[in-house]
Amino acid sequence: MGETENMPPRTLFEKIWDAHVVAAPEGQSVLLYIDLHLVHEVTSPQAFDGLRANGRRLRQPLRTVATVDHNIPTTPRGFAIADPIAAKQIEALQKNCREFGVPLFDMDSAEQGIVHVIGPELGITLPGMTIVCGDSHTSTHGAFGSLAFGIGTSEVEHVLATQCLPQKKPKTMQIHVSGKLPEGVTAKDLALGIIGQIGTDGATGYVIEYAGDTVRALSMEGRMTLCNMSIEAGARAGLIAPDETTFAYVSGRRFAPKGKAWEEAVANWRTLASDPGAKFDRKIEIDAASLAPFVTWGTNPGMVVAVTARVPELQSFAQESDRRAAEQALAYMGLNPGTPIETIAVDRVFIGSCTNSRIEDLRAAARVAKGQHVNPKVRAMVVPGSQAIKRAAEQEGLHKIFLEAGFEWRESGCSMCLGMNPDILQPGERCASTSNRNFEGRQGRGGRTHLVSPMMAAAAAIAGHFTDIRNWQFQ
Amino acid sequence: MKPFRKHTGVAVPLDKVNVDTDQIIPKQFLKRIERTGFGEFLFYDWRFSGDEKQNGKELRKKIDDFVLHAPRYAKASVLVAGRNFGCGSSREHAVWALADYGFRVVIASSFADIFANNSLKNGLLTVLLKEEEIAEIIRRAQAIDDYELTVDLEALLVKDEKGFAATFAMDEFSRHCLLNGLDDIGLTLQHEAEIAAYETKHLVGPEMRTILTK
Repeated sequence: MGETENMPPRTLFEKIWDAHVVAAPEGQSVLLYIDLHLVHEVTSPQAFDGLRANGRRLRQPLRTVATVDHNIPTTPRGFAIADPIAAKQIEALQKNCREFGVPLFDMDSAEQGIVHVIGPELGITLPGMTIVCGDSHTSTHGAFGSLAFGIGTSEVEHVLATQCLPQKKPKTMQIHVSGKLPEGVTAKDLALGIIGQIGTDGATGYVIEYAGDTVRALSMEGRMTLCNMSIEAGARAGLIAPDETTFAYVSGRRFAPKGKAWEEAVANWRTLASDPGAKFDRKIEIDAASLAPFVTWGTNPGMVVAVTARVPELQSFAQESDRRAAEQALAYMGLNPGTPIETIAVDRVFIGSCTNSRIEDLRAAARVAKGQHVNPKVRAMVVPGSQAIKRAAEQEGLHKIFLEAGFEWRESGCSMCLGMNPDILQPGERCASTSNRNFEGRQGRGGRTHLVSPMMAAAAAIAGHFTDIRNWQFQ
Repeated sequence: MKPFRKHTGVAVPLDKVNVDTDQIIPKQFLKRIERTGFGEFLFYDWRFSGDEKQNGKELRKKIDDFVLHAPRYAKASVLVAGRNFGCGSSREHAVWALADYGFRVVIASSFADIFANNSLKNGLLTVLLKEEEIAEIIRRAQAIDDYELTVDLEALLVKDEKGFAATFAMDEFSRHCLLNGLDDIGLTLQHEAEIAAYETKHLVGPEMRTILTK
């Protein structure tokens, strides 16, 4: 995958792409090899059925890793799942994994967690890989300098059967961020700021490479949050060139290479950066100093303003279609134009999801919650991204901080990010959420979601309304 | 997959931008393990109030002003919508729901990537037209009873009987697959020798060696 002489300068994306081309048949899409296929219960049953119906085998069972995350309850483990349809879907995955020889981190596993959390955590996600999963937030894994993207169930079946995918080559976009993130401004705010600027279809058809000193300064957790939200700008994938931060994170993890293999791998991974002079189809510059803690006010992640701002006036939208969308969004959200964001009261708070449920996220939220108490009108829950994160947080005593402050401390899973399990909003309930989508009904029919960072969510839980974390009195 | 060559059907305007897949098929319907039967839940939260059923009893009520309920669009098979249709979740259930409901074509000025891919695999044609062309179709579909569009994939043409005509583009390979209803897993398996050669050559490198051991 290293530099090849006489080759024009290539982007990181192009290097990974080129290294995975299996065939480029005339007049057809390129056939791309997939190194790692992550599988969960919701988007896979029809794909396994397809294999059976066509008498096809699973080509690489050990490049396929499964877990249950989307519809499992986050109440204590060891009990049967009450929802019979959810239980049936989970049983289908268990049966399929047994039949086809796929490793499964099941509900009772000490490694269970959100698929995009456990891949990196177990050292399965590595730089330079191609990674797919029947889930749009697969872009998360791009934080390691891998090409990772979400696919539909037909494509899941395709990868199960062939370990390849026919792909049209996407365009490339570089988002270059420079400067120090102001105090209280996190990777989540950077992601929301980018989407607010370019829109939810601003990167459709592109793979984004995030670059610049601000991105370099992010931890792996922060990078995962940023890459995770790439899909919310419409991007096929988002990625970041691996560096010492990446290697330090991966080193020693359960499935990461060890010994000599590790040395060789790192030497190879060091070549995974865009060459000087490599051309991107589009470039965007972001000044970190211009960012603030953000709060979404509408029904897509691009409908976002700084916490100190107001819900926008309808006449501020240039296009009629956007004005109408904003009007519908505000009606759904039960908000009036011009309302200061900090006056909006919340009923629920959700800290979790593949965007913001990692140990750093929990530490940041706990720092805010320490010595405080959740507003009596608010119900707040913390859902760690994995069992390993839950254990780590408990070792640090974070759970005590949350519990003493009146937060619920739950088992790992996707939970209220998409409300497939019993964790849902009631109609009209307003939620400060660290997840990734504020679509209508996403967290429960009629529920009103505002996307924020973990610190902003914790602060809203305590204050009972949105509040600027930059003014927080930490205890 | 069902081949797609040419289709004529009633066009229904869904005059909204950024229609996400959570709206097309809400999450409570994703627990089914079949590919069929999603049509009755299409756009559920916009079509119906209340839960679908409890103890076999029908609880849902039609939301009358939702466009799919208008009698003139009862037989619609061409959906016309604003830009960035199908954004959000990768759920192919969204495409299964549209197809199961009876849609053969979705026309919009842009589509989310994963949705467009999923459509292609299920013989649901996604047609890209310019915003002004979409606006004209929506105007006609709202004004003319039983307004029909003909979508011709061979000619790459959308037209009605009242003089509207617009061409669209599609990459040649996708068009070929749709026209012939090809099983693309079958196509990929024709490259077995190349896949095997790739695996022999590449799966020995350090970054590729992380196959899980049981």
